[in-house]
Amino acid sequence: MLLSMCNICKSFSGIPVLQDVSFDLNPGEVHILAGENGAGKTTLIKILAGVHTDYHGEIEMDGRKVRFASPHDAARKGISVIHQEMSLVGSLPVIDNVFLGREMRRWFSAGLLVDRARQMTKAQELCAWLGLDLDLNRPVDDYPLSIKNRIEIAKALAFDARILIMDEPTSALSEPEVERLFQVIAELKRRGKAILYITHRMEEIYRIGDRITVLRDGRWIGTAPARELADAELIRWMIGRELATHFPAGSKEHGDERLRVEHFSVAQPGASTAQTERWLVKDVSFAIRAGEVLGIAGLQGSGNGVLLEGLFGAWPKAVMGDVYLDGKPLSLRSPHASIQQGLAHVTSDRKGTGLILGFDIAQNISLASLEAISPWGFLRKKKEEEMAARQVQSLSIRGAALTQEVQNLSGGNQQKVMLGKWIETSPRVFLLDEPTRGIDVGAKHEIYELIQRWKADGIAIVLITSELQELIGLADRILVMHRGQISREFSREQATQEKILRAAMGEAWIN
Amino acid sequence: MSDRVDLAQSAAPGRIFDSPWIRALSALLFVFLLGIVFHADGAFFQWGTHRDMLRQISVIGMLACGMTLVIITAGIDLAVGSILGLNAVLFAMLSLRLSWPPLLALGACLMTGIACGAISGTVIARFKMQPFIATLAMMVFARGLAKSISGGEKVSGAVAQPDGSYAYVDLPRIFQAIDHKVAGGNVAVVTLIFLGCILVCWVLLAKLRWGRYIYAVGANEEAARLSGVPVNLVKLLAYSLSGAFAALAGICQAIQEQQGDPEAGATYELSAIAMVVIGGTSLMGGRGRIAFTLIGTLTIGYLEKILSINAVSEASRLILTGIIIVAAVLLQRKSR
Repeated sequence: MLLSMCNICKSFSGIPVLQDVSFDLNPGEVHILAGENGAGKTTLIKILAGVHTDYHGEIEMDGRKVRFASPHDAARKGISVIHQEMSLVGSLPVIDNVFLGREMRRWFSAGLLVDRARQMTKAQELCAWLGLDLDLNRPVDDYPLSIKNRIEIAKALAFDARILIMDEPTSALSEPEVERLFQVIAELKRRGKAILYITHRMEEIYRIGDRITVLRDGRWIGTAPARELADAELIRWMIGRELATHFPAGSKEHGDERLRVEHFSVAQPGASTAQTERWLVKDVSFAIRAGEVLGIAGLQGSGNGVLLEGLFGAWPKAVMGDVYLDGKPLSLRSPHASIQQGLAHVTSDRKGTGLILGFDIAQNISLASLEAISPWGFLRKKKEEEMAARQVQSLSIRGAALTQEVQNLSGGNQQKVMLGKWIETSPRVFLLDEPTRGIDVGAKHEIYELIQRWKADGIAIVLITSELQELIGLADRILVMHRGQISREFSREQATQEKILRAAMGEAWIN
Repeated sequence: MSDRVDLAQSAAPGRIFDSPWIRALSALLFVFLLGIVFHADGAFFQWGTHRDMLRQISVIGMLACGMTLVIITAGIDLAVGSILGLNAVLFAMLSLRLSWPPLLALGACLMTGIACGAISGTVIARFKMQPFIATLAMMVFARGLAKSISGGEKVSGAVAQPDGSYAYVDLPRIFQAIDHKVAGGNVAVVTLIFLGCILVCWVLLAKLRWGRYIYAVGANEEAARLSGVPVNLVKLLAYSLSGAFAALAGICQAIQEQQGDPEAGATYELSAIAMVVIGGTSLMGGRGRIAFTLIGTLTIGYLEKILSINAVSEASRLILTGIIIVAAVLLQRKSR
């Protein structure tokens, strides 16, 4: 056995994220690490890669106890991570990237001079067997994503890595590129490398996996050879037993059609529709009525979050398709225009894009509706305070003064401030992306109640949440997205966690 | 952002330096105490010394006003010194050589300043160029323009005649009106103009919706954009106003010197940045106040005045100023 991790425990500020997790790797195998979003997969690989150093439990390599002090230390001991986000320096030549941080030195130079000739020979050798025909002196950014991916692998091999960690390596690749990567993985296996592979895609699990380990809520659920673990069983492992959570009952009566989306596509944010080769959302159509909650399920990278951003006008140049609000065409030219037309969007990243952390509660709540409280451009502080006080009361934001900076608030209160900001814009369509992420159970329940209240007020709600139970409990209808497209639609009655997860992982591939 | 004291911070006892007001004022107080100790035979106790200090910092203070707006948006405007020089030359040309009515000349200069700022703002907002680069380019460009329209010479009321003598143009009334002291000779008019600029910025930042937008863009541009803040227009506004203040400063400079010097205002942008930063406005954006800039301007003004009345050489003055800037900014950072 090449590597074994035993009883790994890790917590962040008192909250356990991993409890007694064990995992091992043999040379020449692909070991799949599976689990829903938030199951603890990323934390586990970060421990293995030397990013998190304060964990409990033991790691052994070749039977000897090891403890990685830093990512550099882990790399020196033979562990390499192929990142979801590339860890290459785009402006540097390929050759310098491959040896970055571990340049080959000339023996006589006291470690000062780089032995370019030797590096070149080694790099050419690596590229040859990875099937890369590159000009090694050109900057990495000259090459497309799929090539970059393999340059990362070359980098790992140049470090003599024996364990490669691949965290969703195919999420940004097209089908033929994925094929090419799988050939490389087969070759790596043949050479005795061990691969820890994280993926949300069913077809990949069964295509390349030798063994599968499933994590759920930070615990080890099971490890089994891929051949012996049927997909139904795998999904049961990932979901677990149903926890009885009470969801408030909402009205089943819906009003007229509020939002209609036809053949809607979103290119990579920042790119424009004319030049993109890759669509994050492709040809999506749906409609939603007033007072209806439409759930959009999908695993990371499925494009559901990008779909909401696109509908909100966050990427005006990257979207294609027709959107109608109450029968009239909706202009997606900017968030400002969308707000005025009656859309609101709660982002999934409340600290990064949802709130201004240095602003106080009142300033955050009023931010999207300042025009309403500033006649002639003069901001009426009194009206702002009234507005904030109204939301603080209606959303029960407790234990906080209006003048408190939101960075000092609890996650639940921050989330409510964000919701309050959007309610003040009197939206007709509310796009909610992970409205309950990272908040405690009590606050979650309050947000469920709020969703029902908005529903009763006739607001159309599009809801994304990675907690399937929550999705089924709140949504009237559920669309499932896989690789940017809608793969299934369920009514609330039809939907089960198994069916949704299957569709989200791309069931078409396993039948 | 608000006068109201932050609860979480005020709750911690013995953290008096957590208030940015106290931090900004403590630097000023320190410099002021230096003046009381090194009073240069009582010169520091004469109002005239303070009046002159205020007059001398007014022009750069106007630049600092615009700089504050730009820095709060998390940007920087290196072009203000050059825009000052350009407008000093332009104003002297228009009013002395071409005998334009003063108000017309003033308006033309303000428009020129706004145009320069708007160009920087557009390049930064629309084409996503880094503010440092974009305004560096404008700095070089405006200086070149100043030299080009003046032919590289100082533009004054003295016009060379063919026979080698000089004819002198009468200075328009606006020159006396601005280069003048009011309130029994106790306050210079340029100081009042500077305080007017401070007031304009205060109204914008504290009272107007667009002021709130300026803070929001600097604190978290993406969150601001997704909340419907017109981010590009906000940046355009900040740089345009910075250009306008720089033009006003250029006009005042030309009037005080009674000529338009194409080299005027060189390195003033650095002094203006120092004034903003010493006051405690963060270069990271999103935080700061125009009142802090006023305090920072006074701090630097007093420092230089005290050093000069004590006949400290220019070389030592620069060295000490550099040290004080670093010390003041370290003080700001300590409790952050």
